[in-house]
Amino acid sequence: MAETTEPVTMIDTPIELRYRFTAGLAQSRFLRGVEQGRLLGQRCPQCKKVYVSPRGACAACGVPTDEEVEVSDKGTVTTFCVVNVPFYDQKMEIPYVSATILLDGADIGLMHLIQECPSEDVHMGMRVEAVWKPPEERTPSLESIKYFRPTGEPDADYESYGAHV
Amino acid sequence: MIDVAVVSFAQWSAREELARNEVEILIPVVAEAIERSGIGRKEIGFTVSGSCDYLAGAPFAFVTGLDAVGAWPPIRESHVEMDGAWALYEAWVRLQHGDIDSALVYSFGKSSLGDLPIVLSQQLDPYYQAPLWLDSISAAALQARAWLNAGHDEGEMAEVAARSRRAAKDNPNAVVSGDQSAEALLREPFLVTPLRRHDCPPISDGAVAVVLAAGDRAREVCERPAWIRGIDHRIEAHGLGVRELATSASARLAGERAGVDGVDVAELHAPFSHQDPILRDALGLSNGVDVNPSGGALAANVVMGAGLTRIGEAASRIMDGRAARAVAHATSGPCLQHNLVCVLAGDAT
Amino acid sequence: MADPDVLEAPNILEYPYTRSTGPVIGRFFTSLRDGRIEGIRGTDGRVHCPPNEYDPVTGESLGDDAFVDVGPGGEVTTWAWVHRPHEKHPLDRPFAWALIRLDGADTAMVHVVDAGDEARMTTGLRVQPRWRHERVGDIHDIEAFVPEDA
Repeated sequence: MAETTEPVTMIDTPIELRYRFTAGLAQSRFLRGVEQGRLLGQRCPQCKKVYVSPRGACAACGVPTDEEVEVSDKGTVTTFCVVNVPFYDQKMEIPYVSATILLDGADIGLMHLIQECPSEDVHMGMRVEAVWKPPEERTPSLESIKYFRPTGEPDADYESYGAHV
Repeated sequence: MIDVAVVSFAQWSAREELARNEVEILIPVVAEAIERSGIGRKEIGFTVSGSCDYLAGAPFAFVTGLDAVGAWPPIRESHVEMDGAWALYEAWVRLQHGDIDSALVYSFGKSSLGDLPIVLSQQLDPYYQAPLWLDSISAAALQARAWLNAGHDEGEMAEVAARSRRAAKDNPNAVVSGDQSAEALLREPFLVTPLRRHDCPPISDGAVAVVLAAGDRAREVCERPAWIRGIDHRIEAHGLGVRELATSASARLAGERAGVDGVDVAELHAPFSHQDPILRDALGLSNGVDVNPSGGALAANVVMGAGLTRIGEAASRIMDGRAARAVAHATSGPCLQHNLVCVLAGDAT
Repeated sequence: MADPDVLEAPNILEYPYTRSTGPVIGRFFTSLRDGRIEGIRGTDGRVHCPPNEYDPVTGESLGDDAFVDVGPGGEVTTWAWVHRPHEKHPLDRPFAWALIRLDGADTAMVHVVDAGDEARMTTGLRVQPRWRHERVGDIHDIEAFVPEDA
C-alpha cells in the first residue's frame, strides 16, 4: 500500500498477453529431425548455400529453399564467447562457453554450448562434435544435443571456415 | 513531383494458416508481386514493410520477413510498425528523391495467434485507457453508438455487411462471403452492443505486396500503370473522449488534400460496418461510386496489411482497365484515428 | 485441421511494467486516490478530463494553476454493452463501456458503468463514480461508474 500523502509519481501497469507460437514448416521439419538425431539443412537453388537451422528461404536470394541436405553433427568453431555474467533464468553454471559451430556440410553456423574442456581452451578453428541425449530423452529442440565437445582432431584450416567468421 | 505508379499487386489471406509461419506465407506473395512487376528482384531500389510484432507477440518479428526479400548484397530497407499503406507512403516519398525508380512494399501477419481485440487494447493511452483493457471491438462499439445517435440506424450497418459478403464471393482471398440479407444479419445476436459479429472484421492471416515504379520505368514495365495522383494522411488525438467519433475529420482532410473527386471505385479500409458510411461521407463519395468491390475489410482483414490491400485492389482495377480513377483508404489506431487517402488513376486522367 | 508435423507452443508475454506519471498525470491520480476528480483547463478555456499535459491548441505545457475540480457526477455521451466480459475487463459481469463527460469538463473519459442491466443504459444517463475502498492512485481507483439514481 503506497504512502498516502506523497504525490503519485508512478503507476503499475502489468501486461500479460497469451499467444500460440507456430514454428512453420521448415523449422518444424528441422526440429523433428533433431528429435531423430539428424541435422537437416536446406539448400538454396540459386546460390547453393546450405542453411542450418533452415527457415524455408535463402536470406540472400529471397527464394524458397526446398532441397533437404543432411549435415554432419561434427564441425568447426568459428566464434565463441565465455559467459561470466549471471542473468535471470540462467540454466548453465558460469563461466560457460556459447559458440557458433559451422557443421561439416553447412554454410551457416549453429549456436550451441561447448563443454568438456576448460573455457580458456576454446578457440576459432577448434573441431567439435555433438553430444546427444539418449534417443528416449530427445525432443524437437536443440536441447536434444546436450552440448558440443572437442574431438581432439587438429584445428581446421582457416580456409575451410574463414568465409563464415 | 515525380510520377509514381503501382505496377503490381499480390496477396494471400485465409481465416487461419495452420502450417506455415508468417515468412513462409510471405515468400510466394513477394515473389508473385516481383514477377508480375517485370522488375528484377535485385533491381528494386527500396524495400519497406508494415507489420506489428504484437500480432505474434515476438519482438523484432518483422526482421525475419527479409528472408522473403533476399537482403544480400545489402539493400535499402525500412519498416513501419503500422499498416503497409504507410510503408507505401514512405516508399512514395523515397521515390521523390529521383535516384531510384522502383520500390517493393509488403505487409504480413497472423492475427490468429493471439487474442487480437485484447492485444489492440494496448495501443491505447497507457495511463487512462490501456489499463482498463478496452478491446478494439468495444472501442468500435462506442463509435458505432455515437454514429447511431447522430441519426443513423443499424439497418445501414447490416446493409454494409451484406454488400461486403456479396462482393466478396468474387474474391478468392475473402475469408467471409455469402448471400445473407441485411434482414437475416439483423436477427443475429449482439457481440458488444450495438455491434454484431458481422459488423466486425474476421480474424485473418496473410500477406500482401505491391511494387511501385516511377516515371518511365513504370511505363516500360506496365501497360497500364495505376498512377498515384494524390496521397495524404492525417491523424487525430488519441483520446477517444476528445474526438468527434461519428464523423472522420482526418479522413475528410486527407481526402481533400489527396483530391478525391471523379472516382469510379473506392476501396475503403473500414474494419467495422458503421465506419463505411462515415468514410463515404468524409470522402464525399456519391452513390454512383462502386465501394469495396473486393468486399473490403469485412471480407478479409489481414491486420497491418488491410490498408495496403485496399491500395492494391484499387490499383488492380485501374491496371486491368475496369476503372479510370480510384480512391483507396487506410486507417490506423482506434476508431479511425489516423487516415490515409490515396487517389489512383490510369494514364488518361 | 492442424498439420500434426508442424510444431506449436504457447507463448506468453508478461511484463511487470511501471510507468512514471510526470506532474500532470501524477496530480490527477493523486486526486483520484483522495476520492476527487480534477480536469485541466486549456488556453481556449476548454476543460479536459482526464487531463492533458500540453495545451491541444498551442502546445504549451499546462501546470498546476490550470487544474479545476470536475464531477464527481457526469453524463454518458456514448456507451456499449459487453455481454461476455473478458477476464481482463474491469468487471466480471455484463457491463457497459462508456465515454463519460464529468460535470465541468468539456471532454469525456473512458470508463465502465456497472449498470446491472443493459436496459438501464442510455446516452445522456447521469452517472457517478463508485470509489474503490483501497485506492493506490491509478485509473482503477474508480472501480466503476454507476447510475446516479441507483
